[in-house]
Amino acid sequence: MMYHWIAAPVLLPAIIGALIVLLMRNDLLLQRVFSLLASFGLLAVSIALLIATSSDAPEVYRLGDWPAPFGIVLVLDRLSAMMVTLTAVLAVCVQLYVIGTNWDTRGRHFHALFQFQLMGICGAFLTGDAFNLFVFFEVLLIASYGLMIHSGGRDRLRAGVQYVAFNLVGSSLFLFALAAIYSITGTLNIADLAVKAAALPEGDAALFRVAAVMLMMVFAIKGALVPLQFWLPGTYSNAPGPVAALFAVMTKIGAYSVIRFGVLVLPPGHPITGTLIADLMLPAALLTLVIGALGILGATTLSRLAAFAAVASMGTAFIAISAFTPASTAAALYYMVHSTLAGAALFLIVDLVVDRRAHDSLHIPLPPIAQAGLISALFMVSAIATAGMPPLSGFIGKLLVLDALRDSAALVWSVILVTSLIMIMGFARAGSTLFWKAHASAPDGDAPSHPAQALSFVAVGGLLAGLVGLTIFAGPVIAWLEVTSAGLFDTSAYINANQLPEVK
Amino acid sequence: MEALVASAIGMMTAAGVYLMLRQRTFPVIVGLTLLTYAVNVFLFTSGRLATNVPAIYGTGAPGYADPLPQALVLTAIVISFGMTAVIVMMALGAFLEAGHDKVDMNDDDTPADGGQK
Repeated sequence: MMYHWIAAPVLLPAIIGALIVLLMRNDLLLQRVFSLLASFGLLAVSIALLIATSSDAPEVYRLGDWPAPFGIVLVLDRLSAMMVTLTAVLAVCVQLYVIGTNWDTRGRHFHALFQFQLMGICGAFLTGDAFNLFVFFEVLLIASYGLMIHSGGRDRLRAGVQYVAFNLVGSSLFLFALAAIYSITGTLNIADLAVKAAALPEGDAALFRVAAVMLMMVFAIKGALVPLQFWLPGTYSNAPGPVAALFAVMTKIGAYSVIRFGVLVLPPGHPITGTLIADLMLPAALLTLVIGALGILGATTLSRLAAFAAVASMGTAFIAISAFTPASTAAALYYMVHSTLAGAALFLIVDLVVDRRAHDSLHIPLPPIAQAGLISALFMVSAIATAGMPPLSGFIGKLLVLDALRDSAALVWSVILVTSLIMIMGFARAGSTLFWKAHASAPDGDAPSHPAQALSFVAVGGLLAGLVGLTIFAGPVIAWLEVTSAGLFDTSAYINANQLPEVK
Repeated sequence: MEALVASAIGMMTAAGVYLMLRQRTFPVIVGLTLLTYAVNVFLFTSGRLATNVPAIYGTGAPGYADPLPQALVLTAIVISFGMTAVIVMMALGAFLEAGHDKVDMNDDDTPADGGQK
């Protein structure tokens, strides 16, 4: 029903981004208006796609009308529509924040890079072709390099070099994996891969196993899974606050790709790979969660605390994903939506604090910040959500994950519950240093004045309202996600949508 | 020919990985470049090595060389070229800001206040 609109989430940011860089580069107001309009447009289109795909089967958009598997296709199913909508919600909030705090005046081309980043993210979620996924990864990465070093600075540039180097290695690994897969199966269309990979001759088993693990390693780099998480804390803590908030959805691309390929191409019942992927992923995910929680407790700066919170949330998501059952995938999806919103809100609040506090060390008490009451309340809400305490959606998400993993309860439950406690302690320590000890160290020091910037609070409030909505409407959301995840595991719908030619 | 191409890819990858683990940004970038060369050749060979056959299937030809990896490798070359340009510019910026080109972040010249924002 939505045939041509499927391409809109890719085309709209691409066109607006190009227009901004070509025609409006000297007029910040025009940039803001058009970029914000584009983000709202993206949100409207993605909601329409989400509603359409809720009732219809997966739909394929053939670029240039070339049939799959020869041409590149975009595939709209419930999972991709959901992720695109999540991206659009995040984009609108981050953009309001950027405009509210004037982050876009601290360097050039923020809005153009922002739109290109959205194009890459939406493309990665929508594409039905493995090589095209690589191309969209590169699109979002090259925009993210520009955003990451926005407004410059020594530490930011040096962290940026590490980030680019790490991702170049990741891209090379991706190409190695794709070339190996192509040499075995002769196709790169994901649906066609799913069909061909299920019936490989015995002789290709070794090469296919290597390619599968390399492919999953690439997604693990994107999703910051231990031992490939090293790029994340340095990058996220040195990136500008709103950019780090947008990056909250980038790690989810890794998780999304793992779900997509893990369910379609490398399912646990696959004759060659079997449970290889799941067996490797579960210990790595548990370690990721532990390292994230310890990082929260041991963080020396507030930005690093938020970055390790992102690592911990990916650990929880990957624990649920590694089970590869419909129930656990639904739990993982709920947790991913929650942790995207909560992570982004945390990064924005950290930016609010750092902006008012001169520097973000957690070891040096400083006088209270301006608007401390409101900001500390926001910090507390996002800390509760991130650590997974009731009543917010983090609690429901973790409960779903625990419930879906009853089979390995002894190990998984203890890790998730103990790390939650460590995270609560870490957030409590950070909050008390920032907001309570500030009063103790400078009881009569006036808060340094700082403009209120109402729009930035609207943006943070929007993200937190999303969390509240996710909590209140947890029932319908989970029901929707369970249907989504059941549809994912019934791979025939996705494969049939591609209308592959009959094999002679 | 298979042995020649395979060992070339292997040697470029090995040299690339070795250089990538160096401490300074310049060898790291050269290492990344070598790695992308290796992956481009690898991508090219994923359609099997075939000599003296047309790229497009013809009735009189003995076979055909798979044209898709050639298209893929073109994309990969363009992307890796662009990415290398970006990292060179960023490394240059970081070198000019920091006064040295070490890749490692935790060196002695980090200010004691934990990094002024």
